Amino acid sequence: MSAVEPRFAPGARVRVRRADPPGHIRTPWYIRGHSGEIERVCGAFPNPEELAYNRPGLPAQPLYRVRFRQRELWPDYAGAAADTIEVEIYQHWLEPAR
Amino acid sequence: MSSDVHTHDPAHDHRHGHAHPPHEEAPERLSYYQVMEIAVRELLIAKNVFTADDVRRAVEAMDARDPAQGARVVARAWTDPAFKARLLADGRAAVRELGYDMATFHLLVVENTATLHNLIVCTLCSCYPRMLLGLPPDWYKSRAYRSRAVREPRAVLKEFGTVLGDDVELRVHDSTADMRYLVLPERPAGTEGWSEERLAALVSRDSMIGVTRCRV
Repeated sequence: MSAVEPRFAPGARVRVRRADPPGHIRTPWYIRGHSGEIERVCGAFPNPEELAYNRPGLPAQPLYRVRFRQRELWPDYAGAAADTIEVEIYQHWLEPAR
Repeated sequence: MSSDVHTHDPAHDHRHGHAHPPHEEAPERLSYYQVMEIAVRELLIAKNVFTADDVRRAVEAMDARDPAQGARVVARAWTDPAFKARLLADGRAAVRELGYDMATFHLLVVENTATLHNLIVCTLCSCYPRMLLGLPPDWYKSRAYRSRAVREPRAVLKEFGTVLGDDVELRVHDSTADMRYLVLPERPAGTEGWSEERLAALVSRDSMIGVTRCRV
């Protein structure tokens, strides 16, 4: 299976693209535009945005688990400062962040 | 057939997820997607892509899975440190040792500790480790759970009777793609020396989603 090389390593700071393309998108709306840290590289998987239309989804996209701080997502977050959320995001939705 | 089929509580939660009176006199109207499913299924059967019996057997296999399988994985991890290490490193390979097949999905097992509590949600739909827990409960698929589990997870946990201190990190896992998640709950105190079978009986479905803890 042909696959795109991973661009990010665990610990890297990344930002989720703020985009609104049509179709079957598996990047939740609430996380777009937010910055987090790569928790792990999960491997490469056929792109679900292509699979949804019965196309092969290749080359496969690296999939990451990205960790976000709840208080950065929701300014009025009521829980502990240490609370986090981890989301699976494909590489083409990520860009480097500081 | 025994007479208890007529005396059961009609309000209890049936396998198909909603309460109904003992006799359905006025069937609910089918939704657009239910009609679509029936039409596509009948077409595929008519075109000999699969048979009605294939469908029945697939449904039967899905219904045969239940949370006891996940509970067995948890109890094994509690009693066998080497298995637990393998489970946390590569969940899919470790559950295969117990005969459970994750198909194409990866399994991430996330461990609760005194300072970390994990909670699973799929905000986009209803991704769930069906191979280990069977079909998800209706609340897991509800809009309310899917939106609130990321927005105010501590309030959601509280409604399940789970109160976390501020010294505990709550980590929510949004199951959006190719991973599936199983929470490894903390083993309750006072269970030293218990057999794997006895421990497995303590492990509820909800504890493996992360909305409750295991209790003796």
